[in-house]
Amino acid sequence: MATFNLNINGKTQIVDVDPNTPILWVLRDHLDLVGTKYGCGIAQCGSCTVIMDGNAVRSCSIPVSAAEGTKITTIEGLSEKGDHPVQKAWMEHDVPQCGYCQAGQIMSAVALLDNNPNPSDTDIDNAMNGNICRCGTYVRIKKAIKTAANS
Amino acid sequence: MSIVKTKLDRRSFLKASALAGGGMMLSFSWLAGCKPSPKEVALGLPDEWFEMNAFIKIGENGAVTLFNPNPEFGQNVKTSMPMILAEELDVDWKNVWVEQADFYPERYGRQFTGGSQSIRQGWQPLRTAGATARAMLVAAAAQSWNVPANEITTESGVLIHQASGKKAGYGEMASLAATLPVPEEVELKDKKDFKIIGTSKKNVEVNKILTGKPLFTIDYKKEGMLVAMIEHAPAFGMRLKSFDAAEAKSMPGIKDVFSFKVHQDDYEHNFFDTTTHYEMIAVVGNTTWEVMQAKKKLKAEWEVAPERSIMQSGFGGNASKVKIPAGLESSEGHRARMEEFSKKPGNILRRDGDPEAAFKKAAKILERTYNAPYLAHNCMEPVTCYAHVTADQAELYGPIQAPEVISNTLSARLGLPKEKIQINLARMGGGFGQRAYGHHLVEAAVISKQVGAPIKMVYSREDDMTYGIYRPTYTATYRAALDENNKLLALHVKAGGIPETPIAPNRFPAGALDNYLAEGWAIESNITIGAFRAPRSNFIASAEQSFLDELAEEMDKDPIDFRLELLERAKTNPVGSNNDYDAERYAGVLKLVKEKSNWGQSEPGIHRGVSAYFCHNSYVAEVLDLRLEGNKPVVENVVAAVDCGIVINPDAAANMGEGAIVDGIGNAFFGELPFKDGVPQKNNFHQYRMIRMAEAPKKVEVHFVKNDIDPTGLGEPLFPPIFAAVSNALYQATGRRLYNQPFMKELESEITRM
Repeated sequence: MATFNLNINGKTQIVDVDPNTPILWVLRDHLDLVGTKYGCGIAQCGSCTVIMDGNAVRSCSIPVSAAEGTKITTIEGLSEKGDHPVQKAWMEHDVPQCGYCQAGQIMSAVALLDNNPNPSDTDIDNAMNGNICRCGTYVRIKKAIKTAANS
Repeated sequence: MSIVKTKLDRRSFLKASALAGGGMMLSFSWLAGCKPSPKEVALGLPDEWFEMNAFIKIGENGAVTLFNPNPEFGQNVKTSMPMILAEELDVDWKNVWVEQADFYPERYGRQFTGGSQSIRQGWQPLRTAGATARAMLVAAAAQSWNVPANEITTESGVLIHQASGKKAGYGEMASLAATLPVPEEVELKDKKDFKIIGTSKKNVEVNKILTGKPLFTIDYKKEGMLVAMIEHAPAFGMRLKSFDAAEAKSMPGIKDVFSFKVHQDDYEHNFFDTTTHYEMIAVVGNTTWEVMQAKKKLKAEWEVAPERSIMQSGFGGNASKVKIPAGLESSEGHRARMEEFSKKPGNILRRDGDPEAAFKKAAKILERTYNAPYLAHNCMEPVTCYAHVTADQAELYGPIQAPEVISNTLSARLGLPKEKIQINLARMGGGFGQRAYGHHLVEAAVISKQVGAPIKMVYSREDDMTYGIYRPTYTATYRAALDENNKLLALHVKAGGIPETPIAPNRFPAGALDNYLAEGWAIESNITIGAFRAPRSNFIASAEQSFLDELAEEMDKDPIDFRLELLERAKTNPVGSNNDYDAERYAGVLKLVKEKSNWGQSEPGIHRGVSAYFCHNSYVAEVLDLRLEGNKPVVENVVAAVDCGIVINPDAAANMGEGAIVDGIGNAFFGELPFKDGVPQKNNFHQYRMIRMAEAPKKVEVHFVKNDIDPTGLGEPLFPPIFAAVSNALYQATGRRLYNQPFMKELESEITRM
């Protein structure tokens, strides 16, 4: 066990955990931030996507020991009132079905648009290809990303 | 306007307090984040709620709470079922908030998600419940104002007596209305007067989903709760021999490690009790990561299990002995046995005319065989369940499509009466049929009982993908007899699978052919299977609709016109009397898709495939356009036409349809779970290829036939036909017919062979 100082959603959080614990489980089990989801544990489905220093990363495969000194944003930290342009676009297109993967999808989309405000279809495909939606809402996700890009 | 008896629906008017002993309301503390916040409803929270019936509460300020009875797994019943209530209650949707009903069959009746039946079977009860509450509010106003009830009208939550000019909000009359007798009969609205049904409403939980609020079982937490994971046998046909828990137990944060039996040995299984592993090892500890690490330290020995038999009741109830064969099965062996069975006579499921004679005199016979592999459901939320079992009661919170069935199982396993078992219905992170099977609720309950603490059991993705309850593997051989003028004389289908036949014998094209023969066969196996989005239909539609496409070409007919000719025959002069489809509605979706897709107009580089199917009471036709990028197919557009009667929530219905199409394209291209020596050869998404953004169609259009027929379901019907729309379009693109799913694998192997 070791103590880690983390910057999550702009707040300092101190946790005492095994250094190998993935950020995902620190968020979910220690900090009660359960919006970030477990889907595969091997960085293949994107359900656990968070933004670390501006990039979309798979929190299931990054140990907490690598998180110190970084800035992490989770779905809970995206906006106070759920009104981030990407969240609003998702709402407009009523994207989710079961909803389980959507936090990860949104975080990937936010990172994409932060780095590339006017993505092409190919840019979107590339940025979002790490996020599986078992319900198949991809067509709406793409529309929502375009709406957010234009807002 | 129609008058309906409230009798069938009267149990929903039982007040919770009147049900002492008949049902239990445990004070189930849901996370604060999931309660509706006042700002979500225009009127804000009332000081007091008045219960009109199980589905409806009205506050003194006019705010309305509607309860969604059925489990939500992404099909959006949590929005559409309350819309039906709100319509007949006659309230403004902006003043409504929705809560998930707990499992409480004494009050809600059918609480089952499956078979695309929620809307179809909920339609009349929900309309009646809404109309009855409205009638009681009218009666309260009549009593208060001393005017005849039939002079009172309602408008969006307001009671109006035109003659006297009196008006009152529902909230003002709710406390009196809640005490009035329930009327014997109520009037339902004319469909033309619907104001909510048929208008698009946002998913009532969209805000919580988009902000990461705790919603799913895996998000659930309670004071003192431990985390549990399981270790199951690595292969079908194996069982636990022995294990050494010492090292796992010594790991940090671990509370206990033990083996347990899921069912007692002599247990008589019900329909949804499908169980792959009867004995498992549980690892219980403080946090998920700690338990995952300890699980790796387990030293378990597994052995080949002998053949065994269980008693299991069918969907209708009658119990029979079911054999679970011994053996470590492989896909290669499956293929050989299926080929062998394909050549033997099957069980005759339907026979019209004299098909054998027709084949004898045929000038030409077209024969094609189609194959599809096992598929894993791969819900994004892995199997999970919360349970807290004590000596005298049990409380469960979990993803479950069929709570009523599992409550019987839990009662038997825990030795508790059903009224001491409370099952609360979580929003599911996907279900697709798999969550109808509640083994996980039993496992969680047994683990909780053993450790004497509330636990949340979570499967790893690997545990989930390799557990079983898969879509079966199937094969179908279609034969058509043609005369010298290329006229169709007879059709013969023989289809089977492990462990069931996919044939629905009274479905199209039965009824459209003078000579028709359907034969089925099945091979037993210890690999467990279960419902998977449109069970059986999801394969037989792909085979049938590919074959009809090839047959149309052989007969030199347009594929849509050919289907329409068959349907015209089925409509005007049907063969047989048990045909389970309405030929006119079936033809209707083909005509609509023809129009909406501009069928017949070609675009350079675009290759089109058409397919249609009827299942789960709804009709669907789909046209898929693709182009080739090198050798890679890219799906450009899918146009679907659907007849499911009245559409409750059009935009959400379209979303469901788009999802089913994307899901189907993904499974058609990539879906496959092979086996070797009983071991599933894929255990996570690095091996099991799922459709991703880049492979999804660029565009999907879902068009609904407009009529006022009572609604049927949508979760499944758009899924089966898309497989053949894919293969038929691929044929147009490549000149090669594809007979084996997944198509990308066959396409790639064809390319390699060239």
